[in-house]
Amino acid sequence: MPDILETLLPVFGSAVSAGFPSPADDYIESRIDMNEYLIQHKEATFFLRVQGDSMNQLGILDGDLLVVDRSIPVEVGNIVIAAIDGEFTVKQFALSEGNPILKAANPAYKDISIDPDGDLEIWGVVRWAIHKLWP
Amino acid sequence: MAVTRPSIALVDCNNFYVSCERVFNPKLNNKPVLVLSNNDGCVIARSQEVKDLGIKMGVPWFKIQTLVKHHNIVVFSSNYTLYADMSNRVMQIISHFSPNQEIYSIDECFLDLTGFQHLNLIDHGQRIRATIKQFVGLPVCVGIGASKTQAKLANHLAKKRPAFEGVCDFNTLEPEGLDRLFSEIEVGEVWGVGSRTKKRLAELSIHTVLDLKKSSPKVLRKQFSVVMERTVRELNGESCIPLEEVAPPKEQLICSRSFGAPVFSLIDLTQAVITYTTRAAEKLRQQKSVAALVYVFIETNRFKVNEPQYNNGLLVPLPEPGNDTRLLVGAALTGLKRIYKPGFAYKKAGIMLNDLSCADAKQKGLFEDAELQAHSKSLMQAIDKINGIMGSGTIKFTGEGLKKRWQAKAERKTPAYTTRIDEIPIAYAIG
Ligand SMILES: [Mg+2]
Repeated sequence: MPDILETLLPVFGSAVSAGFPSPADDYIESRIDMNEYLIQHKEATFFLRVQGDSMNQLGILDGDLLVVDRSIPVEVGNIVIAAIDGEFTVKQFALSEGNPILKAANPAYKDISIDPDGDLEIWGVVRWAIHKLWP
Repeated sequence: MAVTRPSIALVDCNNFYVSCERVFNPKLNNKPVLVLSNNDGCVIARSQEVKDLGIKMGVPWFKIQTLVKHHNIVVFSSNYTLYADMSNRVMQIISHFSPNQEIYSIDECFLDLTGFQHLNLIDHGQRIRATIKQFVGLPVCVGIGASKTQAKLANHLAKKRPAFEGVCDFNTLEPEGLDRLFSEIEVGEVWGVGSRTKKRLAELSIHTVLDLKKSSPKVLRKQFSVVMERTVRELNGESCIPLEEVAPPKEQLICSRSFGAPVFSLIDLTQAVITYTTRAAEKLRQQKSVAALVYVFIETNRFKVNEPQYNNGLLVPLPEPGNDTRLLVGAALTGLKRIYKPGFAYKKAGIMLNDLSCADAKQKGLFEDAELQAHSKSLMQAIDKINGIMGSGTIKFTGEGLKKRWQAKAERKTPAYTTRIDEIPIAYAIG
């Protein structure tokens, strides 16, 4: 419901205020827009849902919503979406003795080396993990 | 005064619908994939692997069942929600490469690169390709020429000949080189030359693009039309068809669909007609037009010759041109009630909005009431906005019904990965 209200308010708000300049205008700022805050490149941004617990120790939990930006270059330490055997997997991009690898945030899982000729593809960089606290 | 030759680019996505599916299913890379038309009727998109198997565009699905099984072809119902969103993203990205863009279809647009010639345009084209590939994962090719017709042809070559690496610029070729290239391409590949025109051109011994280029525009104008004359001039590097940055409003809007299963009752037809009219009304408002007439039609399956047949349609005029969904739905349902006859198995229903004009130029009508008008406008804006943000169909008109028995068959449709929060892809954290 609040979302619907937010959409409707500007429509009626502007209609009502037409012709009544108010000194309060100087203090009006746009409300915080989470789209603007979370998304830097809207054409290149996609949302994915986490399934599993192999990234728990970095605070990326089962069910979290990931904001993935495909437009930014991958850097060491980034959390990325990799297509491994055709399946989207969330991992950390790291270096091991100078070679690029994908790490889970859980010592129980083995690192995966990135073979330049293999069919492993870095699909995008995860900018945010959004964790829901209230049902 | 030095006149610079125009540089027009055509950016076109490769196997667009299939490529969209592959972005979200990387498993499908290098596998044969095809997409079916609405209601799973016939083939409307093919991956290169499927093209190589000789499966043609438009063949009915039932005719290729054995091929599909034999070659493990992956088959999808069309997912227009996904394709439309990906198309919007691609067009947005391309718009950063030139201020003058004409969106020509869901997967291609023209760009005016005249004035960008200080850049190496082949490099510029490669940047466009790389950016789209990185941002949204889709492969595109870029064709550049002195006219739109040349750009289309250059794009064809960029796709077909690997040597071009996806970008072909006719303006960088010497005239002799260009003619040699043109002599190797069938005239049927030229923009606007269909199979019938091709036959008539063959009678005049015009077989290749070069033959057409060397023909006299005046003679062809007499034999064909002014369109053909323009095509010849455009092939010769004279730009005759300007870029239309703002697409002219379409003169009619159609929304119709075949049902997955036959429909008998007026209630079910009513639901379908309300849905189609709602969609068409949204499109109408998007292009800032109003309609004066609503045409509604229903059809039985004319291929089932043993069954009783009934086809009818009715054009319903509105009291005044408008784009309010309630007004249009009211008119469509009035028409439907008039033409409906019980006892038939209906296969298809649809509506058409006719006599469209610009909303601003709308004349004052009898029923015009400024207050009512303003209310209608803000209500429709609010509904469009909410449906735009929260997904189409969030706000529906009563009668549209939740259970849509008549909904078209789409058994192999992938999720709306980018437009519905409960259908986004899974990122596994299990290994
Ligand atoms: Mg295409």
